[in-house]
Amino acid sequence: MSRLFLRSPEAVAGTIILALLVAMALAAPWLFPRDPLAIVGPAMLPPFQDWTLPLGTDRLGRDVLSGLFHGARTSLAVGLAAAATSIIVGVLVGTIAGFAGGWVDEVLMRITDAFQTVPGFLLALAFVSVAGPSLGVVVVAIALGAWTQPARITRAEVLSIRERDYVAGARVIGMHPAEIAFREVLPNALPPVLALSSVIVAAAVLTEAALSFLGLGDPNRVTWGGMIAEGRAVLRSAPFLSIVPGIALVLTVLGVYLLGEGAVEASAVKRGNA
Amino acid sequence: MSPLLSLRGLSVRYPGSKASLAALDSIDLDIAPGERLAIIGESGSGKSTLALAIANLLPGNALVQGAVEWPGLGRKAENGRDIGFVFQDPSASLDPVMRVGDQIAEVARANLGVGWRAAQALAIQLLDRVRLPEPKLAAQAFPHQLSGGQKQRVAIAAAIVGKPRLLIADEATSALDTIVQAEIMALIGRLVTEEGMSLLFISHDIALASQIADRIAVFRHGRLVEIGPARQIVSNPTDSYTRLLLDAHLGIDPHLEIDAHLEIDA
Amino acid sequence: MNRALRLIRRRLLGAVPVLLIVVVGSFLLLEAAPGDAVDAYAVSFGGDAGMIAALREAWGLDGTPFARLTAYLWSLLHLDLGQSVAFSRPVLDVVLERLPNTLLLMGAATALSFALGSALGIVAGSRPGSFRDRFLSIGSLALYAVPGFWLGLVLVVIFTVQLRWLPLSGMETIASGKSGFGRALDIARHLVLPVASLGFLYLALYLRMMRAGMAEVWRMDFVLAGRARGLSRRRIVLRHVARNALLPLVTMLGLQSAGMLGGSVVIESLFAIPGLGRLAQEAVGARDTPLLIGIILVSAVLVIAVNLLVDIAYAALDPRVGAGEAQA
Ligand SMILES: Nc1ncnc2c1ncn2[C@@H]1O[C@H](COP(=O)(O)OP(=O)(O)OP(=O)(O)O)[C@@H](O)[C@H]1O
Ligand SMILES: [Mg+2]
Repeated sequence: MSRLFLRSPEAVAGTIILALLVAMALAAPWLFPRDPLAIVGPAMLPPFQDWTLPLGTDRLGRDVLSGLFHGARTSLAVGLAAAATSIIVGVLVGTIAGFAGGWVDEVLMRITDAFQTVPGFLLALAFVSVAGPSLGVVVVAIALGAWTQPARITRAEVLSIRERDYVAGARVIGMHPAEIAFREVLPNALPPVLALSSVIVAAAVLTEAALSFLGLGDPNRVTWGGMIAEGRAVLRSAPFLSIVPGIALVLTVLGVYLLGEGAVEASAVKRGNA
Repeated sequence: MSPLLSLRGLSVRYPGSKASLAALDSIDLDIAPGERLAIIGESGSGKSTLALAIANLLPGNALVQGAVEWPGLGRKAENGRDIGFVFQDPSASLDPVMRVGDQIAEVARANLGVGWRAAQALAIQLLDRVRLPEPKLAAQAFPHQLSGGQKQRVAIAAAIVGKPRLLIADEATSALDTIVQAEIMALIGRLVTEEGMSLLFISHDIALASQIADRIAVFRHGRLVEIGPARQIVSNPTDSYTRLLLDAHLGIDPHLEIDAHLEIDA
Repeated sequence: MNRALRLIRRRLLGAVPVLLIVVVGSFLLLEAAPGDAVDAYAVSFGGDAGMIAALREAWGLDGTPFARLTAYLWSLLHLDLGQSVAFSRPVLDVVLERLPNTLLLMGAATALSFALGSALGIVAGSRPGSFRDRFLSIGSLALYAVPGFWLGLVLVVIFTVQLRWLPLSGMETIASGKSGFGRALDIARHLVLPVASLGFLYLALYLRMMRAGMAEVWRMDFVLAGRARGLSRRRIVLRHVARNALLPLVTMLGLQSAGMLGGSVVIESLFAIPGLGRLAQEAVGARDTPLLIGIILVSAVLVIAVNLLVDIAYAALDPRVGAGEAQA
């Protein structure tokens, strides 16, 4: 599997990008122990002028490179947490709906429909605006709009699996329905959802960035979206300040996609060989 | 008379599959104008590969050796106007979102150089010839609105609208139930006679093949093991494998089948 | 009954419970937010404590949560979405005023991304595995990773700051005095960058879907049959492969409408386009929860409407839709 995986150039590129990002995120507190929001030098210092501030400073004199490193932490943390939350919620809802059937299924699916009808970003906006911006709230806000797709896929999988022999067998030996659902059915329904996880992570990273671009991120943390918004005020004189964190964002999302594509391809090849 | 089609040392290999086994192994075969040749053989014996090779439809990665020549044409054959092709599964061989009349008409337009209106008229005419009731209405139908037999009639119409010299029917009746199968067989037989086409009839069913063919060729593992007049192959096969195929058809009386074939023709 | 009519009726009936859930959700959000509709009203028009209490009673806001929900539903049925705190006007008025601009932006972005995306998808998908296929597929993946608001900023740097070709922001030149065609052209110039920023993501999406769909259709028998019938490559690609691969894209057109509406919040804020999205951002800034909820409700209705239109279009494009229902 891993050999197959590394044969695809996309997967290799994705792995390298994400490994670098994770390294950045982990190393941030050691390399830049100071608060990235602290003012450390003259405002709007251009890059490559001062070796202690290699990428210069922003409008308020904050270290751009330090912001990039700490921003990687926020992006990855929020993106992964929100994606995990939405996948867990979606899988639970989908399993219950598909396994219970009847009116439970009907109610859960109408709720899913409702969440898909409301633009996820507006929902996130409303939630953050009512609950106040903090890291946890942002995570939940993003998950609010992202759990529906895993729920639908899981339900479809569960529906196709629940009639199979081993499930019938479990019924015959008198296993509790909940046990059947979560022990026998769920593990088999997971792969298609996990295949989708890269898309969900990428979307979560992008939503976090958009929220903080609008000033709705956690105000006590550096975010790439926030840095882009900051740089906007001086777009004419220093476009660099907006462009660089954006490139970091694009690379992150691209890395996630490439990794996902590589994984899906590798598992397809593996299945084809089996 | 020179043959319409002549295969010389035709070999086909699909890379990736077991290299030792060629899908077709040095096939020499002629088809005369107006002749009906049946190809029979078990699954995987290379029948479809032969048909696709003749119509130049093999997948891009297939390795082809030998020659496919058309002495009867004096040039390379072109699909649609020289070769008509009927596939096994009529549900899959028609575009699900195009009206069947249009699917026949587009073939007429591509091969006969007629305008769209004339092509439409031809399509309706063809639907009548393949005995679809209410051809004008049928032309407006989408494939999913037709039965399997009706769809296969449409596919046959699309195959012959370009007035080809050779009609290839690759298991054209296998996906249909027995009664419909007999009707489609009769239709193919009648059209081939009317148009003076040659027929390459592919089947794994030796009884079915003997109903329609003048000659039968038996394939096995990509090789041509025996070829001869239908009567002779059925009643007096020289090859042990052919005998095996015949024996597999428990209880068939070859002579009776051939009489049935004559009746269809009459 | 007619196939399309049956479909519309079924979809509309299906939308009722969904809308009801959206409304209940909105109600919960409103309840969670500080202040209620009367407070919002009082901010706009003033009033002493006695009058506020009287209003609260009149609007059914002094009862149990269930009574409040009933009162809320009742007012929604009368198309009363409450009072905007920030604008001191009925929410529905404010929202409807901004809606056309968003529809224009989204319509243009959808048209652009669908047309260009599917066309490039055909270019890529007509020769699977070719250089142009790989190029477009990797390029679209990269494009797919670009956040719209950042793309917008980059485009502004290039086309507004450096080249000075296009205006920075707004929907049209203020007090330009233009009318008719001149005004339309002015608006179009203003919309180039926002439409591109909003639409490029979807362009990539449609390109990838088209390409993947065509790869699947190529394997189907009727494509081989088309070659066997002597059809030109061009006709096979366009009339059969692309035509069949187009169907899932049309479905996506409806599915993505909610996403694009969400995306327009950032893009409209970035380019100062007075539409629904920017209004949402303003509502957040002004802590105007009734307005924000009103926007959500109107968006939900809009998404349902778009999906209905898309369903009708799909039924027209795919003859198999609704087949077999007549007997059932
Ligand atoms: N596209 C392909 N790629 C690789 N191998 C192939 C391909 N098509 C056919 N083969 C192989 O070539 C051999 C001949 O196949 P072919 O389809 O010609 O047999 P057939 O006689 O038509 O069988 P059937 O009666 O099942 O239709 C088989 O071993 C098959 O596995
Ligand atoms: Mg075959």
